[in-house]
Amino acid sequence: MSTTAPTSTDSFWHSEAAIARRKKRHGADRRLQIFGITAITIAIGLLGILIVSLVSTGYQAFVQTEIALPVNVSSEEVSRDDPSKGDYRDLIRQALHAEFPDVGDSEFRQLEQMLTRNAQFIVRDRVVSNPSLVGQTTTFHIPMADPIDQLNKGVISAETPEDRRRVSNVQVELFDQMEQRGLVSTPFNWGLFFNADSRFPELAGLAGAIVGSFYALLVCFLISFPVGIAAAVYLEEFAPKNRLTDIIEVNINNLAAVPSVVFGLLGLAVFLNFFGLPRSAPLVGGMVLSLMTLPTMIIVTRASLKAVPPSIREGALGMGASKHQVITQHVLPLALPGILTGTILGLAQALGETAPLLLIGMNAFITSPPGGIMEPATALPTQIFIWADSPERGFVARTSAAILVLLGFLITMNMIAIFLRSRLERRW
Amino acid sequence: MVSEHITGAYDDELRDLVGRIAEMGGLAEGLVSDAVTALAKFDIAKAQDVIFRDHKLDEMQRQIEERAISVIARRQPVAKDLREIIAALRVSADLERVGDLAKNIAKRVIAIQDQFHTKRLAFGVEHISEITLEQLKAVLDAYTAQDLEAARAVRNRDDEIDAMYTSLFRELLTYMMEDPRNITVCTHLLFCAKNIERIGDHATNIAENIHFMITGEQLEEDRPKHDESSYIPASYNTDE
Amino acid sequence: MSAVAVAANDKAFETVRTPDPEPRPIKIKASDVSVFYGEKQALFDVSIDIPERAVTAFIGPSGCGKSTFLRCFNRMNDTIDICRVTGEMLVSDANIYDPRLDVVELRARVGMVFQKPNPFPKSIWDNIAYGPKIHGLAKTKAEFDVIVEESLQKAGLWNEVKDRLHEPGTGLSGGQQQRLCIARAVAVSPEVILMDEPCSALDPIATAKVEELIDELRENYTIVIVTHSMQQAARVSQRTAFFHLGILVEEGPTNVLFTSPKEKRTQDYITGRFG
Repeated sequence: MSTTAPTSTDSFWHSEAAIARRKKRHGADRRLQIFGITAITIAIGLLGILIVSLVSTGYQAFVQTEIALPVNVSSEEVSRDDPSKGDYRDLIRQALHAEFPDVGDSEFRQLEQMLTRNAQFIVRDRVVSNPSLVGQTTTFHIPMADPIDQLNKGVISAETPEDRRRVSNVQVELFDQMEQRGLVSTPFNWGLFFNADSRFPELAGLAGAIVGSFYALLVCFLISFPVGIAAAVYLEEFAPKNRLTDIIEVNINNLAAVPSVVFGLLGLAVFLNFFGLPRSAPLVGGMVLSLMTLPTMIIVTRASLKAVPPSIREGALGMGASKHQVITQHVLPLALPGILTGTILGLAQALGETAPLLLIGMNAFITSPPGGIMEPATALPTQIFIWADSPERGFVARTSAAILVLLGFLITMNMIAIFLRSRLERRW
Repeated sequence: MVSEHITGAYDDELRDLVGRIAEMGGLAEGLVSDAVTALAKFDIAKAQDVIFRDHKLDEMQRQIEERAISVIARRQPVAKDLREIIAALRVSADLERVGDLAKNIAKRVIAIQDQFHTKRLAFGVEHISEITLEQLKAVLDAYTAQDLEAARAVRNRDDEIDAMYTSLFRELLTYMMEDPRNITVCTHLLFCAKNIERIGDHATNIAENIHFMITGEQLEEDRPKHDESSYIPASYNTDE
Repeated sequence: MSAVAVAANDKAFETVRTPDPEPRPIKIKASDVSVFYGEKQALFDVSIDIPERAVTAFIGPSGCGKSTFLRCFNRMNDTIDICRVTGEMLVSDANIYDPRLDVVELRARVGMVFQKPNPFPKSIWDNIAYGPKIHGLAKTKAEFDVIVEESLQKAGLWNEVKDRLHEPGTGLSGGQQQRLCIARAVAVSPEVILMDEPCSALDPIATAKVEELIDELRENYTIVIVTHSMQQAARVSQRTAFFHLGILVEEGPTNVLFTSPKEKRTQDYITGRFG
């Protein structure tokens, strides 16, 4: 109580000075709250802008304009015994002629260009996988070329003067005709997930990148998880506390802060140039990423080991457990939820990492998903990088879509981490 | 008390207990001395006063007991503290008995007030009571001062009282034989002497409790006894 | 009463020792045990005999070295890098600081119960079976079941947990957890049980139950208990040792130490005159 203690408590609680003090205090409390709320609003707002802009440009990539075209796979053109050989381009032409008999020769080329350039291969692949189609007329759903896709999605407007759009008047007319005849459909674009990269946006997909990222993360996990745990266990449980271990500890903390591009350069110099490992391979990507995740893994694991109460160690030691029994039977199982959470967060970080992968060539143009860790591949972030660099209009939406897919994976991984933490965490 | 407890209130309680014992001791001493004076001077008023004041002593003993029990229950005393409290309980009981004995003497003074010759007969009793009073005073001082040597001295001097009592016993027996009219008076005086001798025993008890309180050791029952009156045969004859 | 202060040759201090009226056989004999933490000496030439099948209590203010000394009995101090122990410690006449001695075996013979109940975050059954498992005392599940039941019976916990042996030990109440830890220690049939303030985290009822248990275990085990509660030492132990500033000041039968301690520091401590 202050030295000027008032005679009556009532006058003390309700004096003007007291009211002023209270007002000031409450005001400060409120201001602090307002600062916090403002900060959170700004953060959520920025995140919202990012998501909205991504979704608004990217949503179109999740559907694809297709034309239903009946193609007569005549047995004259295609042999039943070897369906991979045959002039499928001619088959498509015949089908277009049959479907649009009014189109003159001068305009036919424009009609042909409305389909994706790979239309013949799409038909061929279908026939190869199902040779019974030979000699029959089958309706194929063929993706339409990027400009038509953009026209359908309203990105290219028919009102724009002809010389300022990539779709000719003839094509606009033909497209209207197709729509009226019910040949055009815009189904969900599974190709985005199941196709590999392509120079044609309507065919480009993330399969190669997803598989490449998966392999790279697998390699990264297989290296950094055991090595990280072993290093952390040694440092935490066995290493004597001296200058050397202090230096090691400081260096691990420093490594965690090293820019990832440096690890990329290291990978380029050591793994590619010195060991001669293949370029663009998920193996090298995973190794480089594991260099980057390892310090994080060690730090997280050490923190988890430290969090195991010493009473458990003492209890086990007091029972006569040896050091390795204490660690493997008591400390590690208790630290595991924390370690797993940290691992997933580390892998999520690795999943989003671009710079080191660029340096080891994982931004190559690769048209088929990798079959193993030694085959060239891209990764999700490098795929985004490639697409963002591509001039075609269709890649704008696909870049955003790819970012959304990457974000989806990151959110899933973080949710698994949260789930593991809340589910496996034990109380003691 | 050499050093203080961490809990100051504990010290206060122990000091309070010791203070009450000292006060009670003073009161008991006063009762004994007044009872003996009443006997020597046949002062009936004083005797009645002694009887009245004994109630106060009983009340104080009850209070000390309550407080001691409360300290034991609340503070779980150990070692010296425990011994101090136990000693306080025992000493207060002894003092209460001392008070009772003084009251008994006072009652006998009232009973023998109309008898003759008593002045001469009571002379011996006066002498034993002087020494007993000295003992009582010494032991109470020893308690307050926590003086182990003084307490030992009191204990060792008790045989003097016992010896004196034995001779007084013989003396009064002789008076009774000389003149049967003396029997009533002498019997009362004998009881007074016995009471005084008992007071001496209580003083010894207190001395032993002081010893226990200071050293933590109980004294063995090996002190010299000179109360041989119990061994005087029924066929006793002073002429022998 | 003959209080014999044994002079420890030319040391700066002497431990005041009061022998038992009827001597008991000696289980642990510590001679001139000193403990150093780096440069700092925590314990100074402590010598004491721990009687068999009796409870010996170590009391003293915080930091007096009583826990440190207790941890010498099963070499728990080994786990601290900078800790160094000198002197001789015999358990059943075997020097436990003999380099050839296996500390794992030692801890099977000298069990320990800690301040905070620390059951493993496993089932009650697994908690008890853990010690026998790592020491290879049982092989079949039936053998383990027998050990688990016997240990829980001895710890007076069987009736409370027999229907939920496979529930986690951490789900028990604090007092039950501590008795589970005692059962866990008993499961490997030790000769000595060390208890480091076993009741300091428990409520009075749970404390009373653990004290009752200690009194029962005394018939079969040598128990050494460190406690901050002097009343507890007075209640459960037969002998008490008072430590102060790393020195064993006084040791003797509990009833002697608590009624008439010989040493002024003991007197001051147990009567609450310094902390």
